[in-house]
Amino acid sequence: MRKFDTKVQYLKYKVLREVARHAWDDTLLDSIFEIPKTIVPGNTPTMRCCVYKERAILGDRVKLAMGGDKSNPNVIEVIETACDECPMGGYEVTNACRGCLAHRCEDVCRFGALTFDENHVAHIDKTKCKECGACSRVCPYTAIISRKRPCENACKVKAITMNEDLSARIDNSKCIECGACVYQCPFGAITDKSYILDVIDIIKKSKTENFKVFAVVAPSISSQFTYARLGQVVKGLKELGFHTVVEAALGADMVAFAESKELAEKGFLTSSCCPAFVSYIEKTFPDMKQFVSHNLSPMAAIAKYIKEHEAPCRVVFIGPCTAKKAEVQKKEVSRYVDAAMTFEELQALFDSKDIDIMTLGEDVLDNASYFGRIFARSGGLSDAVCQGLKEHGITDFEYKPFACDGIEACRTALFKKSKNMLDANFIEGMACVGGCIGGAGCLTHGEKNKAEVDKYGKEAYEKTISDAIALLK
Amino acid sequence: MKITVCIGSSCHIKGSRQVVEQLQTLIREYGLGDKVELAGTFCMGKCDQGVCVTIDDTFFSVAPDDAKEFFVENVLSKVAR
Repeated sequence: MRKFDTKVQYLKYKVLREVARHAWDDTLLDSIFEIPKTIVPGNTPTMRCCVYKERAILGDRVKLAMGGDKSNPNVIEVIETACDECPMGGYEVTNACRGCLAHRCEDVCRFGALTFDENHVAHIDKTKCKECGACSRVCPYTAIISRKRPCENACKVKAITMNEDLSARIDNSKCIECGACVYQCPFGAITDKSYILDVIDIIKKSKTENFKVFAVVAPSISSQFTYARLGQVVKGLKELGFHTVVEAALGADMVAFAESKELAEKGFLTSSCCPAFVSYIEKTFPDMKQFVSHNLSPMAAIAKYIKEHEAPCRVVFIGPCTAKKAEVQKKEVSRYVDAAMTFEELQALFDSKDIDIMTLGEDVLDNASYFGRIFARSGGLSDAVCQGLKEHGITDFEYKPFACDGIEACRTALFKKSKNMLDANFIEGMACVGGCIGGAGCLTHGEKNKAEVDKYGKEAYEKTISDAIALLK
Repeated sequence: MKITVCIGSSCHIKGSRQVVEQLQTLIREYGLGDKVELAGTFCMGKCDQGVCVTIDDTFFSVAPDDAKEFFVENVLSKVAR
């Protein structure tokens, strides 16, 4: 049974699970300093130079599991003690260089950065190198490698630099909280803050203060918890104390219906579903901000409906996304969604209560249409807006969608559009490669995820957006 | 009078949309729009008895095929009085 992609995720999970366990029992304050020892017992280090460093880092992880540094508005934080201060020298020639005759590296370099010593071995002049990577690509011995930090490499908005002590630093003015660095750092030194304590608190209070707690789950859940059935996950959520589970995809149906109309009226829009994409536009293409759809995200749209019809209640969003944790703090969203957490954190919550979902019966989850459900993968939103136009009977609008996933693709599309070089009137932007199924808060990422989402979409009881949202009127 | 129909997952696949749509039509046909309020809710906690419907605080289990009968017996008769 494989629950996580990496051991970093597993470690993070163990911390979350222990913190949650004590939070349920109201023993957290007494045991905060014991948790690192519970996870790393004995004297033999398994991850770092010594158990004391391991425990010191775990102490920082416990802090992040409890919400992290309150003075830092970013939901993504660097654990400085955990940062391995990886080399970041850029392109370097390794000892695999055989001092050949061809010197393809020299020929391809447009900046004259390659020189050769008396043994004909290549050297890169750092004052001339522009980090284009051309030499690396042509070397027949793959002797030239890029020593770029994985976090920096993952961060396509270039928000990661380093401190004087060489640890990683996040520039909050550039960071869009997508979580790419969180997933990519091999030392787990960058982590998303967790709000599971808020979730536990909400669930506990619901019993004494008599309100319902709704779990709104993202459609990418269909590619998660693959060791069990989706119905068992739903059952597990109810066991945790949620009143019921509602698909965020129903909010996606609402959004697709409203957004298609908005698009026909305005003539050009960029999508507003992905909070990291919206944040990217605000920070990097401020002139395009006016074109961002005015619709709430699917999460916020369905949460708004729930809040307006089910009072008194609280809403917790569960998804693949770290940026959602920032979105729920926004003024226009915080009144609808009380907390956001990831699939990773949900796994920790299940296990903190010793809920083995594989042993549970199956509940059902069916609120949305096919179109709402496929929002979880790149291109789904564009298809849904197309369907929305059809269902509105709008025929005099020529729809030209452009779906981009991954920030690099988003940047290209936005740049082209800003220069009037993109023949599209709807830009669907998803910060993660593949769409939400590539989110940093997923337990696992795999080739089959897109197919899983499509399969889940096809299983929806309602076949059209109008039918799915008919119940909400 | 307030009729609440469960639109949660379990009732949804048992046909709550069909129940809601029939009730909407019937309320319109009989011109009861100002007397009867129709609302939805996600889950009443009695999933095995769905489609779950309440009239004020009284619980009913209504299958899509029985929606009209339910309306005549429990809504029309009481509102008409």
